[in-house]
Amino acid sequence: MNSKPKIGVYVCHCGINISKTVDVDAVTEYASQLPGVKVARNYSYMCSDPGQLLIKEDIKKQGLNRVVVASCSPRMHELTFRKALAEAGLNPYYLEMANLREQCSWVHADREEATAKAKKIVASAVAKVRLLEPLEEKEVEVEPATLIIGGGIAGIQAALDIANAGYKVFLVEKTPSLGGKMSKLDKTFPTLDCSACILTPKMVDVASHPNIELMTYSQVEEVTGYVGNFQVKVRKKARFVDVDKCTGCGICGEECRLAGRIPNEFDEGMGKRGAIYLPFPQAVPAKYTIDPERCLFLTRGKCGKSPKCVDACPAGAIDFEQKDEIVEFKVGAIIVATGYDVFDATRKPEYGYGQYKNVLTALELERLVSASGPTGGQVVLGEGESAFVPKEIAFIQCVGSRDKSVGNEYCSRVCCMYTAKLAHLVKEKIPEANVRVYYMDVRAFGKGFEEFYDRVRREGVRYIRGNPSEAFKRGDKLVIKAEDTLTAKTLEDEVDLVVLSVGLEPRKDAREIIDLLRLSQSADKFYLEAHPKLAPVDTATDGVYLAGCAQGPKDIPDTVAQAKGAASSALILLSSGKVKVQAQVSSVDEATCRGCGYCVEICPYGAIELVTVNRFGHKVTVARVNEALCKGCGACAAGCLSGSIQQKSFKDSQILPQIAALGVKQ
Amino acid sequence: MSEKFEPNIVAFLCNWCSYAGADLAGTSRIQYPANLKIIRVMCTGRVNPLFIVNAFQQGADGVLVSGCHPGDCHYMEGNYYARRRFSLIRELLEYIGIDPRRIHMSWVSASEGAKWKDVVEKVVAEAREAGPFDQFRRNKINW
Repeated sequence: MNSKPKIGVYVCHCGINISKTVDVDAVTEYASQLPGVKVARNYSYMCSDPGQLLIKEDIKKQGLNRVVVASCSPRMHELTFRKALAEAGLNPYYLEMANLREQCSWVHADREEATAKAKKIVASAVAKVRLLEPLEEKEVEVEPATLIIGGGIAGIQAALDIANAGYKVFLVEKTPSLGGKMSKLDKTFPTLDCSACILTPKMVDVASHPNIELMTYSQVEEVTGYVGNFQVKVRKKARFVDVDKCTGCGICGEECRLAGRIPNEFDEGMGKRGAIYLPFPQAVPAKYTIDPERCLFLTRGKCGKSPKCVDACPAGAIDFEQKDEIVEFKVGAIIVATGYDVFDATRKPEYGYGQYKNVLTALELERLVSASGPTGGQVVLGEGESAFVPKEIAFIQCVGSRDKSVGNEYCSRVCCMYTAKLAHLVKEKIPEANVRVYYMDVRAFGKGFEEFYDRVRREGVRYIRGNPSEAFKRGDKLVIKAEDTLTAKTLEDEVDLVVLSVGLEPRKDAREIIDLLRLSQSADKFYLEAHPKLAPVDTATDGVYLAGCAQGPKDIPDTVAQAKGAASSALILLSSGKVKVQAQVSSVDEATCRGCGYCVEICPYGAIELVTVNRFGHKVTVARVNEALCKGCGACAAGCLSGSIQQKSFKDSQILPQIAALGVKQ
Repeated sequence: MSEKFEPNIVAFLCNWCSYAGADLAGTSRIQYPANLKIIRVMCTGRVNPLFIVNAFQQGADGVLVSGCHPGDCHYMEGNYYARRRFSLIRELLEYIGIDPRRIHMSWVSASEGAKWKDVVEKVVAEAREAGPFDQFRRNKINW
């Protein structure tokens, strides 16, 4: 089948990462004795230019036809070395990697044991590489469109970049408006830019862009296909308002029988809305939506004599007959920009959130200081006669971040700076207020952050090092109990307002996207990037990219930068127009296949079908693989009763020798 | 002899979760016993029960199959096939007299480097208790 194997084995020192614990000379010497090995060498960095050159030269001069690189994980450099083989004129699938770094030298300390294991790993790779077959990489066309899930600043930026490059974008947002969390912010740190002033123009751009199809109040239901060719199904939820007729005049919202009685999500529940509502005045699209869980007519079938919104709407836009609509389309790339949830402060009951009304989260305070908020920008607590302006204000940092007791070990990266910003804004609105911040460390790492933190301290905000143990009520006041760890003194601090600087968490519905797109989660449960350093916007699923806080907590500049990165990654795919599909697919030996159809049932992608072929004049049924649909999992190969269906590069005949090389005791 | 006995373990890891988890253990410099050697497959669904039998025939004292957590399979349902096949082969091998402490399956995700270490330690310890295994040995096959 193949020409006689002439194998080259290349053992990498990886600086001293491998050679410190593995005797690379001994491994090289051992490899040179293995059957079929013609050349065995070691070199300090195989992945470097001279390292690759070594392989290429040997392929050309020594006529090598198989290569084993014993270095790092194939997840790291398999593609690098495949490329090197191809450049030397050898089929790139004649490569096998022996993982001596991540799975040997880095995890073992004993040099003798590690060297013995390294030899076995190399022997196993050599045993397999002898039997590898050349594979052909097929190319498919890329659908020149992108799906972006999430209409916050990350999704907006990515959508605009891709649309401006001339490609179609489908932007799907779950809530009735674009804007995401950023739209709730009053100012942004450290420049104190007005959040709405920099965000809302972009929202308008998205809605009016000829290349962007915006779907708000919609959810992605199903994604099938593969890189370059995803089929997407989106559910456009019924708004019960005809968006073509609605002018956003707002009369319905005022007339609704429940007007001013339903907590408004946009104001963190502090403001009130009706059952028909616009999330916030600058919402895009500026179209009203009926909340089906609250609307009297939709929940009880009756709203007075007739629904007031219907009577009031001058455009006749209310339509209670409206149904959810399913939209289907094709895209080549997908960007996940689903954002985050704010930490639920009731999970830290010692601070009394939810129990005492003057304990607020930072996002609630943000709404209070915002001119578009429920108090028109006045920091006022309580209502009616008991309303008052707080004078003694304390922030508590790291609520839900850097806290193993709630399962969040990570730093949320924005709380130190939004606290500094809020402290500044509060001082601006209430100059006589005494503001202090209880903190563990202040992490002012970004551009202009340290300067801003300094400025806020100069403005009189006090920083007290030590996280409070509790906050409780005494009379009209709240009391914070803490230890100032710099002076080692315990203190009780009477204040009017406690602000909890809550961290960022993965969304509670994060699972939905994982199930849709086969994403992985990192230990902190945010979506996992393909490589933390070198592929920070890619995922393990080809053609799917991450942007913004869905991947991990980050501030607005970092989110925008990542969104631009994700957009650029998607554009590389779209503009190249073609993509290589998985070559390590399954194939059927039609001479031995008996057409039982078991593999057809196993295949999760419906990539196998039964066909009738002519075998020596007899019509027989055999299985056949559609290579465009096959993703190369190999489940069919393990299930086949006759061994007729095999996964290329992972055939039984290739894996069994690998096992043999590992199993035999020396 | 039993004091000096070091079991030889062959492990089949899926590319997306457990192999990446084992890589992460390496990147994090987590130390674990060197007895276990890994064969990478794209999905645990690829693990033919024959591989497990074959590993024992070739001189393994223990076998591990490790993949994505149920519901997290990169190929949607490969690990469910693996689980079904595994429990069958494990029962069959136990029935014919192989100590079940030699046959393991685990779920290790790409972010569970520390769990990977625990799994390896457990598998090695149990195989060590079970002792050397050679009832199944057959002469080396020349592929």
